[in-house]
Amino acid sequence: MRLLKSQIDKKDGAGYASLLPEEPEDMWHAYNLIQPGDLLRARAVRRVSKTSDSGSVASQRIVLNLTISVTSTDFDIGSGQLHVAGRVANENEHVKLGSHHTLDLELNRDFSLEKADGWDSIALEILREACDTERKAELWAVVMGEGVANICLITEHQTIPRQKVEVSVPRKRKGGLDGHDKGMEKFFSTTLATLLRHIDLAEKAKEDKTVPLLLASPGFVAQTFLQYIKSEATRTTNKPLLAAVPNILVAHSSSYHVHALKEVLASQGVLSKLSDTKFARETSLMDKFTTLIRQDDGRAWYGPREVERAVEKGAVGRGGGVLLISNALFRAQDVKERKRWVALVDRVREVEGGEVRVLSSLHESGKRLEGLGNIAAILTFPLEDLDEEEEEVADGQTEQEETMVI
Amino acid sequence: MLGTKSNVTKPKKSTGESLANSVDKLSVEEVPKVKSKNLNVVAEFEKSGMKRMANFVVIGHVDHGKSTLMGRLLYDLNVIDQRSVDKLRKEAETIGKSSFALAWVMDQTSEERSRGVTVDIATNYFETDKTKFTILDAPGHKDFIPNMIAGASQADFAVLVIDASTNSFESGLKGQTKEHALLVRSMGVHRLIVAVNKMDTVSWSQARFEEISQQMNAFLTAASYTAKSITFIPCAGLTGENVTRKVEDPSASWYSGQSLIEALDASEPAKRNIEKPLRMTIGDVFRGGIQNPVSISGRIDAGSVQVGDAILTMPAGETAIVKAIEAENDVVDWAVAGQIPTLHLTDIDPVHLRLGDIACDPKHPVKLIKSFTSKILAFDHVLPMSVDVFRGRLQAEGKITALTATLNKATGEVLKKKPRVIKPAEVARVVIELERELPLEAGTRVVLREGGNTIAAGLLEA
Repeated sequence: MRLLKSQIDKKDGAGYASLLPEEPEDMWHAYNLIQPGDLLRARAVRRVSKTSDSGSVASQRIVLNLTISVTSTDFDIGSGQLHVAGRVANENEHVKLGSHHTLDLELNRDFSLEKADGWDSIALEILREACDTERKAELWAVVMGEGVANICLITEHQTIPRQKVEVSVPRKRKGGLDGHDKGMEKFFSTTLATLLRHIDLAEKAKEDKTVPLLLASPGFVAQTFLQYIKSEATRTTNKPLLAAVPNILVAHSSSYHVHALKEVLASQGVLSKLSDTKFARETSLMDKFTTLIRQDDGRAWYGPREVERAVEKGAVGRGGGVLLISNALFRAQDVKERKRWVALVDRVREVEGGEVRVLSSLHESGKRLEGLGNIAAILTFPLEDLDEEEEEVADGQTEQEETMVI
Repeated sequence: MLGTKSNVTKPKKSTGESLANSVDKLSVEEVPKVKSKNLNVVAEFEKSGMKRMANFVVIGHVDHGKSTLMGRLLYDLNVIDQRSVDKLRKEAETIGKSSFALAWVMDQTSEERSRGVTVDIATNYFETDKTKFTILDAPGHKDFIPNMIAGASQADFAVLVIDASTNSFESGLKGQTKEHALLVRSMGVHRLIVAVNKMDTVSWSQARFEEISQQMNAFLTAASYTAKSITFIPCAGLTGENVTRKVEDPSASWYSGQSLIEALDASEPAKRNIEKPLRMTIGDVFRGGIQNPVSISGRIDAGSVQVGDAILTMPAGETAIVKAIEAENDVVDWAVAGQIPTLHLTDIDPVHLRLGDIACDPKHPVKLIKSFTSKILAFDHVLPMSVDVFRGRLQAEGKITALTATLNKATGEVLKKKPRVIKPAEVARVVIELERELPLEAGTRVVLREGGNTIAAGLLEA
């Protein structure tokens, strides 16, 4: 994303920023930036109907710049499209004040944004991150098992599942081995064809970009698939594919599900290819959190209320205190909710002196955090019973089991 | 069409009349393609005086000799003829792995043979005077535990193979020996035969056998197996001693107990839910030959099926007609719970059949659910997290969304509501949300795994 112009007051954060999204990933940043209540100005195409004096209605499509006061946002992960709905905030000759409009933000079309309550620390951080000009890491991954393959694109802030390939492969059986081998052959060819449709190798070769491809599976499937790709590339003399073969990594995963990616991405060989250290640190912090919770010494807590209490008691501070928070919380439709989390982050960062990590909800580490209520903390000293005095009314029915469970 | 055709063949009749006649013959009713004998399968089953049937899964750490032991069993019982074994021996020798010959009876794919490990379950049949057995030879390697789970879910009891040679037993205990034993127990298998294998490599040492038996006994009783349901058998798969015949080695004179085959024969027959509606877990979808383009196989968990029956496959919700049934390599008219038959189907496209789907009675279909509560026995620390949910061949993505309570192991009383974390060996109630709707019913046993480790075994509540 390119920052074209910005005028943000350092004290109260009032002001606006003009931005130009250049990559699909930028839409994700925009999605995280734009909140209900904000003023967004962008190019729009609107059908305007005019009633002439004689009563005939003429409708016309007009391209114009509209400013809307945002009511809701909608982000499509797969296609990377962002739709922002709102009400027109600046009247012009075609559109009345207060009428509804949905702006579709597009690549290479600038927009400008003015925050309703000023730019807070989180918003500024997103802005800085989005406009980081360093070349972004990108990686294609195929997580596969016998008969199932998940094709995804991993970028700095997102893991985008692109397509799932499912081919039924007969299992091994007496006298029917043919079926298994044929099934695998069909599975490999379908997967390769699908993969090539998603990664346009010829296009990439022109741009002189090499995109690393990661194959991961339990057992030997990924290895066998790599051999298949090699032999297919040679057989069909597919030059771009042949050129891509050296960039293929094979890794081990424990299953063919997308969430198995987290263990793949944590492995050294893969991390060196993903130049992004942010991601590596997030994963290692999540691992550290899980280890601490296993030790059960009261130094790791999760869940909104528990973490807030821990911060109140000053346990997330200097000397190892870490607050892990998913950016999903900052996207809260409720302004009060967002303020609650921004205040918490500011407090940890500025008052307590602890470390704050904002995890992307579209990455595996963020997904892990999502299960824990989108927020977790590693404390500097143990605290017990942060979860006490809970409401006891939740489920009043007495449960009774006669037999042992397992 | 018909009208115009009769017009040509019988030009003398008036067109209108022949048209009317042919229209009369038309009917919207579909003629069933497969005739059902309308048997009362339950009565038929009782009448047939069928031999006892038992399915057992062979489990244990990788390279402890599961496949070789089973290959030996089949060879000595003359299920596999001398000629094919000789052929395997020759093939094995040419690649310098002569000791693998018997394992190749079970390991048939080229990948399994070249790598020397079992990847997928091998199914084989044999019978003794008393019982018809189905062997499910499970892979021991860590990566293929999903396949092992698929095998264990079809079994009535388990044979745990342990390598007696120095260090092997110990390394296995840390590895899959333990995990497998816990897994099959939590999947409802109560009876376990522990085959202490490769006794020939420790020259039939009684001390070694007893050391292993004691350690395993302590571990297994802790894993809530009852002591009387565990049998220890010393044997040697490679040489075949104490598999079907007694040991001749003089150093083994201390042992006078059962051989492996006797222990197998002594197993209690499993209960069958024949009278309930049909539930069959699809373990394999394949082309059964030119005449049977779509075939499925799997264990019938409950109920019965006969030729001509309609079955409903879930989650696809498509019906199919059973054209023919094969059980234990024979063509039969019906099959009942506990058997692992092959059903040849018509009237269905194979795209609607996936591994782990359930074939059920169209009158009593399985419901599809998206989330469920389950009582779980934790093997590892459980947090709200992403998990893989296993049920037979089914392998689904899911999330533990809430830890409802930890429970008392024996009484099921709630100990603590909303625990922060569930520790290993604790029993708890959790809510699991699935990525997509799946056919699961209360009382189903599931296994939860994450990152290559089994974290819990569960029993579905609602």
